[in-house]
Amino acid sequence: MADKKKLGAYICKGCGISERLDIDELAKIAKSDGKVAIAKQHDFLCNSDGVKMIQADIDAGEVSHIVIAACSRRAKTDAFRFDNVAIARTNLREGVIWVRPDTEDAKETTQEMAEDYIRMGCAEVKFMTLPSASGEQGRVDHVLVVGGGFTGLTAALEIAKAGYLATIVEKTGALGGTAAQLYKRTPVRSPFADPQDNGIADLIQQIESNDKITVHLNATVSKTEGAPGRFNADISPDIGTKTFGSIIQASGFTPYDATQLPEFSYGKTPDVVDQLGLEALAKEANGGAIKRPSDGKEVKNVVFVQCAGQRSEKEGHLSYCSGHCCMTSVKQAMYFKDANPTVDAMVIYTELRMPGAAGEDFYRNGQDKGVTFTKGIVSEVVSEAGKVSVKFKDLILNEEVDLESDLVVLATGMVANSGIDSEILLTEEDEKTEEKAEEKTEEKTIIPIVPAESILNLEYRQGPDLPQLVNGFTDSHFICFPYETRRTGIYAAGPVRRPMDMAQATEDATGAALKAIQALENAGIGRAAHPRSGDLSFPIFRKEGCTQCKRCTVECPFGAINEDEKGYPQFNEARCRRCGTCMGACPVRVISFENYSVETVGQAIKSVDMPDEFDEKPRLLVLACENDAYPALDMAGMTRREYSAFVRIIPVRCLGSVNTIWISDALNSGYDGIILMGCQKGDDYQCHFVKGSEMAHYRMSKIGDTLQQLQLETERVQTYEIAITDMERVPKIINDMAATIEKIGMNPFKF
Amino acid sequence: MSEQYRNNFLREVEANVEEGEWVKRCMQCGVCSGSCPLGPHWEHPPQELFMMIRAGKRDEVLKSSSMWMCTSCYNCIARCPRELPITHIMHGLAHYAERLGLAPKNQQTNKFAQRFWNNLSKTGRVNELKLTLSFYFMNGFMAGVKMSLNMQKVGLGMLLSKRLNPFEILGGHGCKDSKGLQAILKKAREIEDAKIAKFQG
Repeated sequence: MADKKKLGAYICKGCGISERLDIDELAKIAKSDGKVAIAKQHDFLCNSDGVKMIQADIDAGEVSHIVIAACSRRAKTDAFRFDNVAIARTNLREGVIWVRPDTEDAKETTQEMAEDYIRMGCAEVKFMTLPSASGEQGRVDHVLVVGGGFTGLTAALEIAKAGYLATIVEKTGALGGTAAQLYKRTPVRSPFADPQDNGIADLIQQIESNDKITVHLNATVSKTEGAPGRFNADISPDIGTKTFGSIIQASGFTPYDATQLPEFSYGKTPDVVDQLGLEALAKEANGGAIKRPSDGKEVKNVVFVQCAGQRSEKEGHLSYCSGHCCMTSVKQAMYFKDANPTVDAMVIYTELRMPGAAGEDFYRNGQDKGVTFTKGIVSEVVSEAGKVSVKFKDLILNEEVDLESDLVVLATGMVANSGIDSEILLTEEDEKTEEKAEEKTEEKTIIPIVPAESILNLEYRQGPDLPQLVNGFTDSHFICFPYETRRTGIYAAGPVRRPMDMAQATEDATGAALKAIQALENAGIGRAAHPRSGDLSFPIFRKEGCTQCKRCTVECPFGAINEDEKGYPQFNEARCRRCGTCMGACPVRVISFENYSVETVGQAIKSVDMPDEFDEKPRLLVLACENDAYPALDMAGMTRREYSAFVRIIPVRCLGSVNTIWISDALNSGYDGIILMGCQKGDDYQCHFVKGSEMAHYRMSKIGDTLQQLQLETERVQTYEIAITDMERVPKIINDMAATIEKIGMNPFKF
Repeated sequence: MSEQYRNNFLREVEANVEEGEWVKRCMQCGVCSGSCPLGPHWEHPPQELFMMIRAGKRDEVLKSSSMWMCTSCYNCIARCPRELPITHIMHGLAHYAERLGLAPKNQQTNKFAQRFWNNLSKTGRVNELKLTLSFYFMNGFMAGVKMSLNMQKVGLGMLLSKRLNPFEILGGHGCKDSKGLQAILKKAREIEDAKIAKFQG
């Protein structure tokens, strides 16, 4: 490491930058205000000649910290990738010339904008250090697969095929899980006409003959600690502690308890079964005629009731669709039709959901085999004197029907086996014990399954299992990185993640296997997982300054931070996703990253040239999330949407990393308005760090007090949820803020 | 004979109605009903008829006037996402109902269709003059005279342009072997009757 920081600025003149801006002046400012040793200009910085010029200075030891003043940090990333130097990008193209009109009037303010961005880039890079891995890395080429069902087996096999070791921990005494209970599965190949073998026997055979896979039956994970690359898992009973690089949780689902549907007579008569019950009957019949459980007579007609206790807002029902049940019912109706085409098999549905081309073909093939479909709502299944009748309303013919049937099959849903909900644990902590006892009994009647035992038993500050989003399914960023959970290096796959069928579980298991391998490889070299994949920086904290307030350990969306006995945070670098939510949370500002800290952004904020109150040149600060808001701003530039020249934009890793000190510093140094742009929050969040945007909104809702103390209007600070497509909205937000400032007047704190 | 929501009637339709084996393929999207230009005048639109067949409503379907409303515009066939030949099924149902004597009496389309068939099957060629006249007079003598007077101009025009041969009234032309044709039709009817008998219990 160089003993002294040597700063250099490289200013590009291409893409029309030199026609619109006074480059000599910018270079002068980089030297005078930015205090850089070298300030060079180039006609075309990103071409090989320009890059060579920078590389030559780096090689000669002339510079250790560089500012590249050219296009957006999102453009030309390959050209401007230099090893062993800290880099700041100053956005003169998308951020300045492309959002300003090319007129004589605008020239002055546009030039000022560019000059400020140069100052900000220089200030930022001055406070950066080059990130390097912490040295706490570990790497074990061994993946723990929790759950030996179809998903777990598929994942383990994929891991072994890729050359890594896998260990399966299965709670029961046999592999195969629910899939092994199926007589046949829905077809996966064209023409999707007939149910096919469930393939479990073959899968188990492949697992058992693979020397890279270890199987522990009748076993559970009683404790998990550590981080990606070095998880230590205690496997009970008697197997002891093993070390793993990453973990796949394929704990599957529990079938919804149909006895909670008294209106459908489940449990009252053996002639009402759920789908797994029918699989058992079909297995027994083994291709022959399926028999009625009550009297052993051949079933002559069968009714399938879709959405039994699902997609329903009634108490005790599941509100969601389990995705596979329509396909499963068609498959099961085929069991009857294939054995005897004269059996009447009717499916009563409200909306039939047959996902994908395979689903549609399979539906058609079911119809061709003579399975009939009736759009209707079943209100009741009555069992009297050995007879079962289904009462339903035909929605096409609009009439009530009472239909006797030999056998009724209920399509009930999937309930995820996701262990203990840490969010419930957190709220319980705050509640009084008395209240808790009361509410718990009450809740039990509403939520059908309260997860009783933990699956991973994580020794994490934030609870023993993967966090859940809604309905007990594990949380993941559904759009951008569905396999990542909120615990780095632990991947959920199969119906524990969302309801799915075996075809989808195959994909899920394969995806999770590859992510698990990537995670352990990353952990070995200290690199972050999604979305900052490859990032080597990690949070460092100054213990002397820490007040043990625990905000960071509580707010970390990924449970990366534990606490020691004294309540000091313990950062686990490999578990960290580098969002900086801890940095934003810290009231005493002792948490920072080498290349991203309270200082790098704070100094950039303070470095702008602040015109005095009577100049009629306000200054607006935008802190924009680099994931969605910053690209939206870039796109506004690419499409030449103009916005105010008074704005200064700083990208942040996540709005969650915004420390309120930046806001008060900005106001104190004379900014007239501040806009925070983050991602969508809430249950349908798009925040790339799950909770970052939510935390930022929460923190900013409290900023009013600070503003009042400073006797400033609350309109000066605004927080927005921005989507990556909002390229029309972002300029409007900025211009609206400029108009607001014009109305309420300038910030009096200008020096 | 046909129980509710059992498949007896569906099987009967599949066996005896032209293109009847397509009925089970309907997915109840309703595009046919929405596309039918006469839709509002149908007692039961096609989609509903298909559901009624599956629900075993034999009498209601066969006695319905609905399928007689079809004008063969083929909108439904063109639009059906499942490619059901809906127009043909409608005609098939109508024909089957007539065959069983269940079709509504005094149904204009039915009356015309019957006259068309009688006219055609006699000689193997359509006698347009006789067909037209039988159509004009099918609702009584006075109505026939009135209709004929209305169409006077068209008739004369056709006569002058030699599109209408007045001597057709004397018997008209036929195919080469109308006796042979009659035999074919008789045989076909026997086959169909045998098939129908199977479902008459």
